[in-house]
Amino acid sequence: MNSFSYARPSDISMAVGELATHEGAKFIAGGTNLLDLMKENVERPNRLVDINRLTLNTIDDTEDGGLRLGALVTNADTAYHPAVESRYPLLSRAILAGASAQLRNMATNGGNLFQRTRCYYFYDLATPCNKREPGSGCGAVHGYNRIHAILGTSDQQPETTCIATHPSDLCVALSALDAVVRVTGPNGDRTIPFADFHRLPGDEPWLDHTVQPGELVTAIDLPAKGFSDYNTYIKIRDRQSYAFALVSVAVGLEIENNRITDARIALGGVAHKPWRKPEIEAMLVGQNLSEADFQSVAEALLAGAKGYGHNTFKIELAKRAIVRALKQAANLEPAS
Amino acid sequence: MTKYIGKSINRVDGVAKVTGKAKYAAEYKAADLAHGWVISSSISKGKITRIDAEAALQLPGVIQVFSHENRPGLAWFDMSYKDQDAPPGSPFRPLRDATVKYSGQPVALVVAESLELARYAASLIRIEYEEEEHETALEHNLHRAREPKSGVASLLKPPPPKPRGDFEKAFQRAAVQVSGTYVHSAEHHNPMEMFATTVVYEKNDKLTIYDKTQGAPNSQLYVSQVFGIPFKDVRVISPFVGGGFGAGLRPQYQLFLAVLAARELKRSVRVSLTRQQMFTFGHRPATVQNVSLGASADGKLEAIRHDAVGETSQFEDYTEIVVNWAGMLYPAQNVTLTYNLVPLDVYTPIDMRAPGGVTGLSALECAIDELAHQVGLDPVEFRLKNYTERDMNEDLPYSSKELRECFRQGAERFGWANRTPEPRSMRNGHTLVGWGMATGIWESMHMPARAEAVLTVNGKLRVSSATADIGTGTYTIMTQIAADTLGMPIEDVIFRLGDTDMPLAPIQGGSWTAATVGSAVKVACEDLGKKLFKMAQKMPHSPFADVKLEEIVFENAHIRLKKDSSVAVSLLDIVGTNGGRAVSETSTSVPNMLEQRKYARAVHSAVFVEVEVDEDFGTVRVTRAVTAVAGGQILNPKTARSQIIGGMVWGISKGLEEESVMDHQFGRFMNHSLAEYHVPVNADIQGLDVIFVEETDTIVNPLGVKGLGEIGIVGMPAAIANAVFHATGKRIRSLPITLDKLL
Repeated sequence: MNSFSYARPSDISMAVGELATHEGAKFIAGGTNLLDLMKENVERPNRLVDINRLTLNTIDDTEDGGLRLGALVTNADTAYHPAVESRYPLLSRAILAGASAQLRNMATNGGNLFQRTRCYYFYDLATPCNKREPGSGCGAVHGYNRIHAILGTSDQQPETTCIATHPSDLCVALSALDAVVRVTGPNGDRTIPFADFHRLPGDEPWLDHTVQPGELVTAIDLPAKGFSDYNTYIKIRDRQSYAFALVSVAVGLEIENNRITDARIALGGVAHKPWRKPEIEAMLVGQNLSEADFQSVAEALLAGAKGYGHNTFKIELAKRAIVRALKQAANLEPAS
Repeated sequence: MTKYIGKSINRVDGVAKVTGKAKYAAEYKAADLAHGWVISSSISKGKITRIDAEAALQLPGVIQVFSHENRPGLAWFDMSYKDQDAPPGSPFRPLRDATVKYSGQPVALVVAESLELARYAASLIRIEYEEEEHETALEHNLHRAREPKSGVASLLKPPPPKPRGDFEKAFQRAAVQVSGTYVHSAEHHNPMEMFATTVVYEKNDKLTIYDKTQGAPNSQLYVSQVFGIPFKDVRVISPFVGGGFGAGLRPQYQLFLAVLAARELKRSVRVSLTRQQMFTFGHRPATVQNVSLGASADGKLEAIRHDAVGETSQFEDYTEIVVNWAGMLYPAQNVTLTYNLVPLDVYTPIDMRAPGGVTGLSALECAIDELAHQVGLDPVEFRLKNYTERDMNEDLPYSSKELRECFRQGAERFGWANRTPEPRSMRNGHTLVGWGMATGIWESMHMPARAEAVLTVNGKLRVSSATADIGTGTYTIMTQIAADTLGMPIEDVIFRLGDTDMPLAPIQGGSWTAATVGSAVKVACEDLGKKLFKMAQKMPHSPFADVKLEEIVFENAHIRLKKDSSVAVSLLDIVGTNGGRAVSETSTSVPNMLEQRKYARAVHSAVFVEVEVDEDFGTVRVTRAVTAVAGGQILNPKTARSQIIGGMVWGISKGLEEESVMDHQFGRFMNHSLAEYHVPVNADIQGLDVIFVEETDTIVNPLGVKGLGEIGIVGMPAAIANAVFHATGKRIRSLPITLDKLL
C-alpha cells in the first residue's frame, strides 16, 4: 500500500473540486473493494476523498413514478427498503445474492458500479494484466480462466487482450431494469443510461466504465416499470454465499393474458459488463407462455460466445440458467 | 474413578478466546518494536540479479532491508536447518543466496518503525530477476516419478509394504474389475491466524519468541541451531494457535526472518505474513493416483493395486501415507501398493489434516464404491463382506476395531435402509438426490512426552507440558485427565502449554496429542500422588503410616482410605508440611512398545452422506451427513464432536470446493485469497451428525484413547463423490467436484 493523503469534504462541489485539483485522487465510500486493491498495490491513489459525509444517502420517489437510489445508500439498506422490496424485488434479490451480509452493510450503491474485476491476474502484480498495466499482456487468456468472460471479450492483440468479467450482482439487475446513472462533475450534471455505463474491453481494457475522471455518481434512477410480478435472479456459483457468479441471470417479464408483453434478460459473470441484447428479448414479446421458446432465446443470447478452456462450460451453463430463469420468472416453476 | 473424563466439559480456554484475552503471536507487545514486511518473489525459478532498495531506505523510519546481499553469516550445514518434522533433503534457507526456487519465496525483509511504513517501503523496492524454465505441473512430469529418499521421517511414515500375492494374475482372473485415475490439486491450510512471530530482544541478547507454531520446542530447536544461540537463551512461547492443520508443524520463514532482523538490529521485531503469503509455503501436495480392484462375482475382493505419485520440492522429499490404507482395510490376498514422488519447482509440501489418509481414501473408497456397484452389492454390505480384523500389511490384529458397529449405527441413524440402489433413482424436480458412504481410518499413534505436575501451597494443581492447542481442546482434556488422576475439583486444576520452559512434548500433529500428552499428564499426576502419599505417611499421627498405595484413593482433594473413606488427609494439609514450598513431579511417559508392537492400532469411521445435485447446473450440496467413529475412550464428547464436525466440514470443502490452482505459465498459485480460495461458508453446511461407537482398548495407550484430529475428514470426500455418483450416475475422479465437472 502506498502513502496517501485524505480529505473528507462535506458537500458535493467540494468533493468534485478535490478530484479536479488532485491528480491521482480517488473517491472512497464503503471501501469494500478499493481498500483490498490498495493493499495489493493494484490501486495506488495518492489521495482518498471520503464522500461518506455527502447527503446522497436517501431513497426517494421520482416524478415519473420511479425510484431514485442515493449513491451512498448501502447495498443492505437498498435491498431491504420497502419500496425496493415491493416495486423492484428483482433488485433486492440480486443484491442479496451478492457478497456477504457484512460487505453489504458497508458497500454503497455508487461504489458497487465501480467494483473492479475479480480476475486473479488483475490482482497479482507478479503477472501481466492489460487492465492493471496497459500493454503488459493478459495472463488469463492462456492461463486459469475459469471465472472469465465468454462474451464481448478482447483477444486479438496481446497488448489489449482482456477476458475479465464485471463481478457485480446489483449491476445485472440495474441493467435489466434500464436504470439511469446520474453523475456530476467539473462540467456539470449528466445522466448515463445503464447500458452505456460499463463498457466492453475493446482496445482499452483498462477502462471499465464511461464515467469521466473527476465525475461523481450521485444517484441511480429506476424507471417506473419494475417487473415486480414476474422476475427472478438466478446466481450460479461455487458455494452458497460469498462467491462471485460464474453465471447469473436477471429476468423481468410483463405478462398479460398468458402472453409476454415485455421481457428483459441480463446476464452476469459472462462479460466485461452486464450482458443484454434487447433485440433478442423482443423475440419473446407476443409469445404465449405455454408455447414460449425459451431455449431459442438462450441460444440467441449466447450466439458468438467463446470459451477459453477453463471457462468454456459457462456457455452451456448460461443457456440452462436463462431457460430456468425465464420459467421461474413466468411462474412456470418455483423459484430456486 | 473418573468424574470428568468422558464428560462434556466446556473448553477451559473458551472464555479467554471469545473475550479476546487469549493472545496470539502477533499480539504481543514489546518496547521499541520494529515491524517487518516480507517481499515475495514474483518468479518461480531463477536468480535475483538486482535489488534496488534505495527509495525504500530513504524513507524516514525505514530501518533496514534484509536480503541475501546483506544477511549475516549463519549455520553452514543442512543439519542445522532441520527441524523436528523436516523430510529428507536440504531444507530451504530464506535469504540464502540469489537463487529463487519457487514462486512467492521470501526474497527480502523490510524493517521499519511501523507496519504501514514497512509495507509502503516494500512497494518501492525493485527486484530484477533472471528467469529460468520451471516445472510445476505434476501431470506433465509423471515420467519423472521416483521412489522417495528415506530418512528419519520414514519412521512415522512407513513406505508401502512389499507386494503380497500376485496382483496382475488375480486382477486378470477377477470376475469384476474396476480401474480409475484420481487427481487433486494442491491445497493450502489457511488457518484463520496468519503466521506471525514477535521476537522480544531481552537483556544479555536473550530472545523471547512468540511464534505461531504447533510445537514451541521445534521453533526453539530451529532458532538455536540456525543462529547458533544456546537453548537457554531462546525461549519460545505459543499458548494459543489460531488454527494449524499441519501448517505449523515446521517453523515457517517468518520465524527465521524475525529472529534474523532482531539479532542484527538488536531490538524487538515482529513479522506477520499476509493472507496471500499464506500460499507461499507448505501445502497438501497435488497427487495422481491409480486404483485397480478385482473381485469375484459374489463380491469378494481379491486384487488391489493402488499407485500414487505426489509432488514434492526440488530440495526435500516430503512423503505421506497414501496407499498403505488399502492393505489395512481390506483382506485381499493379492495387493500391490506403490508410492512415488515428482520433484517440482514448488515449496516442500507439509502435512495437512489427515495427510495422505484423506488423499488415499478419497481414491480407494471411490473405487470400492464403484466395485460394489458393479458387483451389485450395497456398499455397506460389500464392506462387511470384505471386513478384516487384521492389518494385512503388518499381519497383526487390531488392538480394537469396532468398525462393524460404525457401519451399523451410522446406517441406522442415516436411514440407509431406505436407499434405492440405482443411480438417479432419488429425484425431486430438478434436484437429484444421492446417498453415498465410505470408510475412514487413521493410525492411532503414541509418542513419548513429559509433563510436570505441581501441587501449589494453596492446594491447586498446576500441570504443564510444552505441547500446543491448535483449537483441538488440548487445554480442556488435559485439565480433565489431571483432575481425575489426582482426584481434584476441576476448578482447582490449571493446565498450561506452549512454552519451552515446560517439559518437552512432541509437535502437535498426527492425532497423537491426546494419547501422548494425556499419558504424560496422567503419569506426572500419578507420580505426584505417590510423592504426596509418602509425605502423608510421614505426617505426625498419619493414618496412612502402615497403609499401602493400593489401599488409598485420591478423591475430592484428599487422600482417603478405600475401605473407610472417613480416614482422610487433605492435599492442602500435606503440602503444608513442605515448609511453604509447592510439591512437584516431572515425569516421562513412554509407549509400551513391547506390547503395542503386537497389534495394529487405528481409529475407524463410517461416513454416510446425502447430496442434492441440480441436474441442469451441476451444483452439489451436502444436505446431511452422519459420521460414526470408533475412537476408543472419548475424553470429552463435546470437544470430540467439534473435532469430528470440523473434519466433516473440511471433507465437504475438499470434496466440493477447495483447490489451490496453479498457473503453470508462471508456476504460481493464482487464487491466493479467501475470496477465491473457496472453503465452505455457513450456508454450505447443514445436518452434520456424529456418533461415537463404544470401543474399549487397553493396548493403544494407558488412557485407551484414539486421536480424533484426522478421522473426521478422511472418509468424507469419497462419501460425497459416491453420493454424487448415486445422484447423477457420474463418477467424478477429480476433486473438488465443482459444477463444471457435472454439466
